[in-house]
Amino acid sequence: MLRYALKRLAQGIVTVFFIATATFFGMHSVPGDPLANDKAMSDRIRANLEAKYGLDKPLLTQYSIYMGNLLEGDFGISYTQENRRVNDIIREHFPVSATLGILAIAFAGLGGVLWGALTALYRNRLPDLVIMLLVILGISVPSFVFAALGQLLLVNLNDQFGFSLLPVAGWGTVTHMLMPSLVLGLGTMAYLTRLMRSSMLEIVNADFIRTAKSKGLPATRIFTHHQLRNAILPVITVLGPSIAAITTGGFVVEMLFAIPGLGRYFVQAVQQLDYTVIMGTTVFYGAFLVFMVIVVDLLYGLIDPRVRLE
Amino acid sequence: MASNTISSTGLAVRQLGLFAFAAVAGLAALMWGPNLLANLTASASGANSAVDAANNAITVLLREEPPQLDSTRSTDQVSGVVLGHVMEGLLRYDENNALVPGMAESWRIDTEGALFQLREDARWSDGQPVTAHDFVFAWRLVLDPDNASEYAFILYPVKNAEAVNQGLLPGDALGVRALDDRTLEVDFERPIAFFDKLTAFSTYLPMRQDFYEAMNGGYGADADTMLYNGPFVIANWVHGQSLDMRRNLYYWNQERIRLDRINVGYVTSDANTSLNLFKDDKIVLTSLTPENLTNALEQRWQIHRFMDGSLFFLEFNHRPNRLTRNLNLRKALYLAQDPNELVYKVIKLPGYLPGASLFPIFLDGEQGKFRDEHPAPTHRMDLDAARRHLALAKAELDLEEFPPLVVLTGDNPVSNVQSEYFQAVFKKNLGLDIKIDRQIFKQRLAKMTSGDFDIVLAGWGPDYNDALTFGDLFASWNLNNRGRYSNPAYDEQVRIAQNALDGKTRMAAFAEIQRIVHEDVVIIPSYERGVAYVTHPRVQGILRRVVGADTDYTNAYIVPEG
Repeated sequence: MLRYALKRLAQGIVTVFFIATATFFGMHSVPGDPLANDKAMSDRIRANLEAKYGLDKPLLTQYSIYMGNLLEGDFGISYTQENRRVNDIIREHFPVSATLGILAIAFAGLGGVLWGALTALYRNRLPDLVIMLLVILGISVPSFVFAALGQLLLVNLNDQFGFSLLPVAGWGTVTHMLMPSLVLGLGTMAYLTRLMRSSMLEIVNADFIRTAKSKGLPATRIFTHHQLRNAILPVITVLGPSIAAITTGGFVVEMLFAIPGLGRYFVQAVQQLDYTVIMGTTVFYGAFLVFMVIVVDLLYGLIDPRVRLE
Repeated sequence: MASNTISSTGLAVRQLGLFAFAAVAGLAALMWGPNLLANLTASASGANSAVDAANNAITVLLREEPPQLDSTRSTDQVSGVVLGHVMEGLLRYDENNALVPGMAESWRIDTEGALFQLREDARWSDGQPVTAHDFVFAWRLVLDPDNASEYAFILYPVKNAEAVNQGLLPGDALGVRALDDRTLEVDFERPIAFFDKLTAFSTYLPMRQDFYEAMNGGYGADADTMLYNGPFVIANWVHGQSLDMRRNLYYWNQERIRLDRINVGYVTSDANTSLNLFKDDKIVLTSLTPENLTNALEQRWQIHRFMDGSLFFLEFNHRPNRLTRNLNLRKALYLAQDPNELVYKVIKLPGYLPGASLFPIFLDGEQGKFRDEHPAPTHRMDLDAARRHLALAKAELDLEEFPPLVVLTGDNPVSNVQSEYFQAVFKKNLGLDIKIDRQIFKQRLAKMTSGDFDIVLAGWGPDYNDALTFGDLFASWNLNNRGRYSNPAYDEQVRIAQNALDGKTRMAAFAEIQRIVHEDVVIIPSYERGVAYVTHPRVQGILRRVVGADTDYTNAYIVPEG
């Protein structure tokens, strides 16, 4: 187990190295000038800025300097917020995205398992049909539409009640988190519901279920210990990448609900060609994704005794 | 068999129900933790409603996180808004946009230089006096080539400033001295008519050396890495979330401040969120944009209009190998479009004004407004004339058929409809094909700088309240002249306007510039931008400014209910 974990970790580091390299060269080949601004600047000022960020050196030298700093855990200084270090930006804003993401994933995971199991139990009957219709809606409608609708709903509710039931936007208290995490988790929940449903249905007629039934085990025990536990495996598989996707992909929701998460900085950095922030957030998110996949693989071994981690 | 299935389904559903209950309870516990923590930090946004009369506080929204609060390097508007509330220069603009004393209680400006007498009770937010040395340090810092300040050019009227900024002279060669703690002497590079207006600009703000150096490059990154000398201080700043401004108890003019707290509770550029927050009584002002205007109109609010002083125009590429260098082609394009149609029938946003001149209507002339004293040239769409010019252009350029012209544009709702309008009218009226090259901000700038366009949808906002901020835009040496227009007659007039002190001479030069721009079709003015916005009925004294902090809440106050 430990050997396996270490091996995976080593592979992960190599992956992150490749992510960093590909992002670095990809980013530098994007047209546009990271230093350009509305007002033109003189050659002298430009030269000073280039020197400050090391842009005056050949690309390969820049690359080796960057990689050296990366090894020391230093992501450099932002181009757009000149007096902030990228490390500080990640340290201050990632916890916000993570909180939002964890809530969303908790919501999506629990909801997905519950609805999925329910639809499987009521296969082809009314509850199944209604829920599956909603699921298709949840998968096909993008999160910014849900976000806008959710916000509108809150405005109208608050208006109806005459006081602030839930805040429309902003961040800081649990009341601020409810609607955005709900909205952010909806798509994943719909996806997980479908996954859970099909894996439940696959198992429902399996041999070991029939055996359990013929042994005279109570129906609830068969459901919890045999059906649910087996059916949940594929859900766990996709949960890892989903956590990373939700934590990184929340930028639209973050923008709409005025949430100071890292996703916003990630997207703005790309638009502004803020090299250091692009690199910092991409490498950080890449490492995060790789790490989550490893965690999920390890979890697999705990949940399913058939899987041996060698 | 059938009954068996149903009963086991029922049991399973009950089991699921239990799970659901446990899940909800678990989630609730999960959310309770952060809530407690958040209550401890108490910096949550939206805890208050827009107006908190008991605490004499208002809540507002910022479009983005202020990127740079180090005044020596700040360039953007949002940072300018925050700096306008927490800092004060030698002079400042009052609620009628008149220059009034700030840190300086009196001043004298002549052709050679200026002398500022600082007030005795000018204080930093740590209680220490604001001295003339703080201005000397700040200005040298702006011009220090290593500081790479993008707005250094605005200090170039100070003697030797440009040379210092180029690294040709040492920093102490700069023509600014502290004669004593309260007297600041400035030498000019050449006579300048509007130096007083420049001193209100944020790049001219003071900076205290010991504090700046103690921050070790981190000045302006957080609330406690800054010193303040304006009406407010930043008490707490959570990046991307809130920026809490409180009354500065060391500010010299306490009577001027009527609010105890201005809380930036939200940071987002989403127009609909801003409108929703306003509807929910969470912020005191929201701008109305194409995205949220219809929604706002349904509310029957009183809508305020304001012109922010920016001019938007079609800028031609005058580089030698470009078709748009041909005057007849430019004239044909000019005559084939109509800014009135663009503004009133296509853009259709409140507050916008059709463009008619390089000089927007807010600019002062000799006595009154420049545009009243020197009216803009009249423009009428004239298709016959346009086609004649086009035929001439075709002959001069020796072309069988015009290749498509590339119109470079940014990606936002207004420039999208604007570029499509021009595409349609030039095709319909002249049979010309227009290729729209839509680019995001940095890419558009890169293409503008390298000259990779025929026409670019450009805009310009004023830096200071003098016609020169627009007038020198197409001088051959101006780096912002992205179309590389070059005309000795134009340059000549710019030099006159720069060097003359007498208003009449200067305004005559600007009038001549206005004429050249029209006759040589340097640009096609499209519109002067308007801003529509709504404010909380209980908050008065909110100022919108063309130059300086916009929006300015320093003079705002809460009126009693009813």
